[in-house]
Amino acid sequence: MSTLAPRTDGTGAHAADGPTAAPAGPAGPSSGRGRSLRGRPGFYRSYEQELALFNTRPKRVAVGAVVLVALVLPFVLEDALLRTLAVAFVFAIGALGLNIVTGLAGQVSLGHAFFLGVGAYTAAAISGDPEGRTIGFGITEMVVWLPAAGLVAALFGVLVAPLATRLRGLYLAIVTLGLVFIGEHVFREWSDLTGGAGVGREAATPVVAGYDLSQGGEAFSRDQQLFFLMFALLLVFALAARNIARSRLGRAFSAVRDRDMAAEMMGIDLPRTKLLAFAISSFYAGCAGALLYSVSGFFDPASFNLLLSVQFIAMVLIGGAGTVGGTIAGALFISLLPTLTRELPEYIPLISRQVTETPNVFQVEQILYGLLIVAFLLFEPRGLFGIWVRIRTYWKSWPFSY
Amino acid sequence: MEQLLESLVRGLGTGSVYALLALAFVIIYKATTVISFAQPAFMLTGAVITSYVTPAIGVLAITGLSFFVSVTIAAILTAGVALVVERLAIRPMVGKAVFTVAIITIGIDIAVRVVVNGFIGLGARPIGFPWGLDRVELLGLDVQIRHLVMMGTVAVVVAALFWFFQRTRWGLAMRAAAFDQEAAMTQGVSVGGVFALSWGMAGALAAIAGSLLATGAGVDRQLWLVALVALPAIILGGLDSLEGAVVGGLAVGVVESLVGTYQRDFAPWLGDNFAVVSPYVLMLVVLLAKPYGIFGTAEVRRV
Repeated sequence: MSTLAPRTDGTGAHAADGPTAAPAGPAGPSSGRGRSLRGRPGFYRSYEQELALFNTRPKRVAVGAVVLVALVLPFVLEDALLRTLAVAFVFAIGALGLNIVTGLAGQVSLGHAFFLGVGAYTAAAISGDPEGRTIGFGITEMVVWLPAAGLVAALFGVLVAPLATRLRGLYLAIVTLGLVFIGEHVFREWSDLTGGAGVGREAATPVVAGYDLSQGGEAFSRDQQLFFLMFALLLVFALAARNIARSRLGRAFSAVRDRDMAAEMMGIDLPRTKLLAFAISSFYAGCAGALLYSVSGFFDPASFNLLLSVQFIAMVLIGGAGTVGGTIAGALFISLLPTLTRELPEYIPLISRQVTETPNVFQVEQILYGLLIVAFLLFEPRGLFGIWVRIRTYWKSWPFSY
Repeated sequence: MEQLLESLVRGLGTGSVYALLALAFVIIYKATTVISFAQPAFMLTGAVITSYVTPAIGVLAITGLSFFVSVTIAAILTAGVALVVERLAIRPMVGKAVFTVAIITIGIDIAVRVVVNGFIGLGARPIGFPWGLDRVELLGLDVQIRHLVMMGTVAVVVAALFWFFQRTRWGLAMRAAAFDQEAAMTQGVSVGGVFALSWGMAGALAAIAGSLLATGAGVDRQLWLVALVALPAIILGGLDSLEGAVVGGLAVGVVESLVGTYQRDFAPWLGDNFAVVSPYVLMLVVLLAKPYGIFGTAEVRRV
C-alpha cells in the first residue's frame, strides 16, 4: 500500500540526525501517492508513517536541533545551572516511566516516589563502600548498578501489579498512595541500608568504564561530565519510551487506557498488560532514583515522600500525558521552576527570600505547583504538548482556522 | 486487660474522627464519583480557623461552649471555602475523567495548604480546647477527656447526617443524584446544587475533624497527613458506603491504637511509629481479600 522508502527501525539511528539528514526519510519526495504537498509539511500519509519513530520531517529536524543545542549548552552555561539541568534530565527519565503507566496504560499511580526510592537504595547499596556504616558492596561501575536498580524496582512493580489488575481507577490511586507511606516508613527505619532519618547515606558513584565522572577531569568539569552523562541516558530512555509506545505492547497499553473491557474483547491479556506497564514504569523510576542523587552524592530517607510523587504527576500532566516529548518538556519545566522562582524577589519586592517571612519564594513555588496543575487540567488538558499542537495546527491549516 | 480496654477507647476516640473524615470523602464520592484529595487542606483550614476564633470569643463562660461555638464557625467558613473551590475548579470539569478531577483536587490541596500554613507559623498553634490533655476515671479506666468529647461530637454529627439523608428534601435529592445522576435531573433535582452541597458538607466535616484532632498537640504543619488516614478507612468500608465510612474509620482508629500499644512488645523489628503506617498495611491486606472493601458495591461490568 505504501510506496515510502523503507525505514530504519533502530533505536538510535535517527537520534543524531542533524537537519541535513532528511531526504531519505518518509517525508522526503518520493513517487506516487506519497508525494508531499508543497508548503504543507507534516501530514501523515500512511499508517506506517504515523507509527514511525519520527513520523514527520519537522519532528526529526526539531529533535536534531534540540540535541545539537543540548550538546552546545555545557560550553556556554555556568556549572550550577548545568547541575540543575542534569537533575532535570533525570527527573525526565522518571517522568517518562510514570507516563508509561499513567499516560499510556491509564493506571493511576501515586506511588512513583516509592519506586524511585527502591532504585536509589539498590544502586547506593551496590555501589556503596563495603567498610562503611551502611550496607555496601563496593561495585561502583554504573553498568552494574543502573540496570540492577531498575530491575529491583521493576520487581516491586510486578509485586504491586496483581492489585492493579483487580482494582481500577481511584481505588488503585489510594493503594499506590499507601505504598508511598509504607515505603517512607521502611526507608526511615531500616537504617542499616538507608542511614536512617535525618542522616542519610552516600548515593551511587557514577563510574563509567573505570572513569569516575563525579571527579572533575582535565578537559571537562564535574558538572559538564554529569550533564553529558544524564543527557545521553535521557536520550536512550526517551527513544526506548517512544519505541515502546509505538510497539504492539504500547498500543495494547493505549487500548487498556481507553476502554479496558473493549481491549479485553480484542484479545489483550489485561493482567499481563497491566503487569508489564507497572514493571516498565518501575524500571524507569528505579533508574531515575539511582541517578537522581549521584549528581549531589548524598540523600536521606525523607526524600521519597508524597510530594515527590505529586511532582512527577505534575510533570506528566503539565507536559502532556501520553507523549514523550511533552513529558520531557514537563519534567524540565517543573525541575527548573525553583530556579525561576528564586529570581522572583528581584522583580517583586513583596516576596521574601527568608523562610520565616510570608510570602516567601518557597511558598510561591509550592502554590505554583498546585495552581499549574489545576490551570493546565482546566484549560489545556493536553498540557504543553497540547499548546504546541494548537500552534502547529494553526500554521498547518492557515488561512483556514479549522 | 485494663491496658487493652484503654487502648480500645483511645482507638475509638481517634477512630471516630477518622470516621468523620471518611464520611466527607464518601459524600463527595457518592455525589460526584470523585475522591477529593483536597480534604487535608480543608481539615487544616478548619483547625486553623478554630485556633483563631476560640481566643477571640473566649468570653463564653460555660466550659467548652466557646470551643464548640468556634468549631461551628470554623465549619461554616470552611464550607464556604469548599464551595468556592467547587465552583471555580470542580464544576467546569463535570463529565471529565474522574482521575483528572482527582488530580485537580491534589493541586488545590497544595495551594490551599500553603496559604493556611502561612497562618500557622513555624510551631504549633494551641486550639483553645478547655480540657487539654486532662484525664478522667471512667469505669475504672484512665481515659482522656478529649477522646470522650471526640466520640460524643462525632456521634451527634453522624446522627444529624443520617437524619439529613433520610428525612430531608435535600438529603433525598443527594441520594437520588448519587444513585443515577441523569434520572435525578429528569425528576427536577439540581445536580449542580447537589455537587455544591456535597463539597460544602465535606468541608464542614473536615473542619470539625481537624479541630478535634488538634485538641491534643495543637495545629501544626504536619496535621494534614492525618486526613490521609481516612483513605484506608474508606477503602476498608467501600468508597460508596456511608455506614462503611463510619465502620472503616472506627476500625482504622482501633487498629492503629492497638498496634501503637502492643507492637513494641510483640514485633519490635517493625520499627518505631509503625502504628502510623498500620492503616495502610491493613488496607493492602483487606484489598487482597475484598477488592471493593467490606461494604462497597462491587462494580458490575457488562459489555
